[in-house]
Amino acid sequence: MRYLPQAKKSREEMMKVIGVDSVEDLYADIPKSEMGFGFDLPDHQGELAVERYMGAYANQNHAAPDGPFFLGAGVYYHHVPSTVDYIIQRSEFLTAYTPYQPEIAQGTLQALFEYQSFIALLTGQDVANASLYDGATAMAEAALMAQRVTKRRKIVLGNDLHQDYKKVLEAYMSNFNDVEITQGAPDDASACVIVQSPDFFGNVHKYESFRKQCDESGALLIVVINEIISLGLLPAPVEADIVCGEAQSIGLPMSYGGPHLGFFACKEKYLRQMPGRLCGMTEDADGKRGFVLTLSTREQHIRRDKATSNICTNQGLCALAFTVHMSLLGEDGFKDLARLNHEAAIKLADALRKVKGVKVLNDSFFNEITVEINGDANALIKDLAEQGIIAGYAAGQNRLLLAATEMTQDTDIEALCAALNKVL
Amino acid sequence: MSAEKTIEFKDEGKMTDDNRGLHYEENLLWEKERSDTSGVDMPKPAGAPLRTGHEARGDIGLPQVSEPQALRHFVRMSTWNYSIDHGFFPLGSCTMKHNPRLNEKLARLPGFAAIHPLQPASTVQGALGVMYELQNWLGELTGLKSVCITPAAGAQGELAGIMTIRRKHELSGESAKRRIILTPDSSHGTNPATAAMCGYEVRNIPTKETGGILSLEAFKEALYKTDENGEDVAGMMVTNPNTCGLFESGVKDMADLLHAAGGYFYMDGANFNAIVGKVRPADFGVDVMHINLHKTFSTPHGGGGPGSGPICCTEELAPYLPKPLVVKDGDAYRLEEDGERETTLGTLKGFQGQFGMHVRALTYMLSHGKDGLRQVSEDAVLNANYILRSLEGHYHAPFAANGHCMHEALLTDKRQKEKGVSTLDIAKMLVERGFHPMTVYFPLVLPGTMLIEPTETESKDSIDRFITVMKEIAEEVEAGDVEEKYHSMPIATPRRRLDEVKAARNPILRWKN
Repeated sequence: MRYLPQAKKSREEMMKVIGVDSVEDLYADIPKSEMGFGFDLPDHQGELAVERYMGAYANQNHAAPDGPFFLGAGVYYHHVPSTVDYIIQRSEFLTAYTPYQPEIAQGTLQALFEYQSFIALLTGQDVANASLYDGATAMAEAALMAQRVTKRRKIVLGNDLHQDYKKVLEAYMSNFNDVEITQGAPDDASACVIVQSPDFFGNVHKYESFRKQCDESGALLIVVINEIISLGLLPAPVEADIVCGEAQSIGLPMSYGGPHLGFFACKEKYLRQMPGRLCGMTEDADGKRGFVLTLSTREQHIRRDKATSNICTNQGLCALAFTVHMSLLGEDGFKDLARLNHEAAIKLADALRKVKGVKVLNDSFFNEITVEINGDANALIKDLAEQGIIAGYAAGQNRLLLAATEMTQDTDIEALCAALNKVL
Repeated sequence: MSAEKTIEFKDEGKMTDDNRGLHYEENLLWEKERSDTSGVDMPKPAGAPLRTGHEARGDIGLPQVSEPQALRHFVRMSTWNYSIDHGFFPLGSCTMKHNPRLNEKLARLPGFAAIHPLQPASTVQGALGVMYELQNWLGELTGLKSVCITPAAGAQGELAGIMTIRRKHELSGESAKRRIILTPDSSHGTNPATAAMCGYEVRNIPTKETGGILSLEAFKEALYKTDENGEDVAGMMVTNPNTCGLFESGVKDMADLLHAAGGYFYMDGANFNAIVGKVRPADFGVDVMHINLHKTFSTPHGGGGPGSGPICCTEELAPYLPKPLVVKDGDAYRLEEDGERETTLGTLKGFQGQFGMHVRALTYMLSHGKDGLRQVSEDAVLNANYILRSLEGHYHAPFAANGHCMHEALLTDKRQKEKGVSTLDIAKMLVERGFHPMTVYFPLVLPGTMLIEPTETESKDSIDRFITVMKEIAEEVEAGDVEEKYHSMPIATPRRRLDEVKAARNPILRWKN
């Protein structure tokens, strides 16, 4: 087996040092009744065979480059510069562990520090952590944090959240009998108001009125963003106490839903209630600047059942991909990318308006719009998929949610409209 | 070696004068000259009037560099990292094994990387097939045939597993009275933290006096402590092999008592690498467990994630698993729909998990096959025992006299401490000698622990070099008068010991002008 370096002779020499005749002797502590059956699995295979086998699975899928593609709803199809994937595949980043030994992990640590800096700047917040699993779990962690900060239990949803985010929040909160999740305005029992912008249907929101509600009730304002590129065009949610969401759009492929990148930022006064890892700047014994994981007394490996979260692993390599992509884009590139996305969506909206049986519902949007169609949305999606067009997501029986990005070409929009004209 | 007069270069900044040989200092991106152009060329936006309802955002404060500058920035930083591809990485409980590049290549096929989680099932049959096959492999290897692969990491797998148990009790009308989770004091911190996130009270079972393993007596005492029938206990979380590297051979009897009391046995599968392909956890009474795909099945650790933590459970607990599972109707695969399987605890992760990790793990399993996986655990255990027996004369090996270890060897600094040298100092000397240290100060059952997990992907030669250096350290410390030298280690690294107190006292967590 190509991954196992021990030679037969080495194994024998090692057994001699240990004082056993066979490896089976090393398993002496395991009761015999718990061993000794077979597994109904194949034997090992060479690289070529595995590549063929897995390649056949990959070939069965319709990939985004195979045709016009308009699906978004929290995961977006974007271009990733080739440098990003090269850097994250370097051994030194790919095969390193969490930087517990900072003297030999400064590369990972500096990248995390830069990642935190990018997130803090983009969100207009004071501090950001070193990442969480994804946008949905980041939002659930934000709600848990608001409960710790305010010592209140009720969660208020301010507008139309992503359905998966809502489901994850409900599951995390189902562990407690005293948590109510409501829609509407907060009261003096509310820990937080959660607002998503753009919301699930693509509408862009203003935060002032939500801020006012929170100031009056004492609840924290949590802003959720699941298309981080929108922050290159929309104002930073500085009114928020916590900003969290999904950063997959920068540096990461859609990859059928993961691994993606949950980001999490907040005001400095809440720092010690934050979940997840934090990287901080310090000095070494010679006074040179360096970086370490810090404030770990919040975390499970120190605090056990009193920790702020059970989070251990984060999405380190995804945060690196984000950081590389952001550094390539820079200020101007990031803003241009945001504009290109918005302009692609404008083109899409204008083209769809001309299709009979389609009504664009958004007053405002970034790169995603909802349309009402004269027909069943799920049936339409299936129909168009058979023609090689991934048309969007059914956000209701006759509502279709469509995204356009820098990947969307005029010919894609034309093909979509032509197909819709035929079906509707 | 810092120069007396600092020359400031526009691109590289003032730290460049510390560069020497292959050693490059690297500034933060924000300390570089902000370039006129982006490192990504794209069409200029047309300038269409905005339909966002807002003015365009002003200056964000982002840096800007060209592509070669960005590339060099990260390549230089990478040279400051130690990795498995550099050398021996015996981090106990973390299973730092070789990461085959085939797994990376396949996860990047457009048919896997460029598909969207909400595409119609008919367009992603291959992806669903991968997930379904992974479910089957994990079910077969654990003997726990119901598998949910959506949890994002080990800790989220724990959450999913404990919530599965909690949901079962809830639907049986028992969640109010069952408020306690038992766990040994040697458990990973994530275990009690997870139980607390699920609203449970954590009751520790002491193991220090019983050779680092659970004793039936201590277990019984914990189980019946506040209810004579143990009916206030929801379940127990045990790592097996445990965090001292020992197999909990009495755990089947404990599982029987726990089951009789109406509780469930959760196994933390972090140490599955010792028994994969040899023993099925179902056969020693486990009801539900998580698997760290980034440990046993070699998806890369990536400097701290992404991980992936599927859970496997018995048929009895299957109705309560998180959603969505992949199901097969005839020849077609699909994800569970909304409203289907209403007994579920719900959804814990956006979409259907870390699919890219699923591809890598299945690739790894297919490469090894059942014969290769069996060899994985045998070599992992052989390597750890070889280290234990080679070093037990030089270091305090608290449980070595009781028998063999599994895939990791536990030592402490008891002997070296008498000479003023601690586990931390030994770790830093290992850094100086070109190794990543073992896990230090974990498990917490004894002071100054060192947990050494060589994994199966090391040759005897590589392990011998580690043993030789560990012996040299022990002998040097034994000879005495090295306290100061050890406290000053490492010195050959780009940075020496870092001031963690300063970092925590005055947190600087982002760049600021």
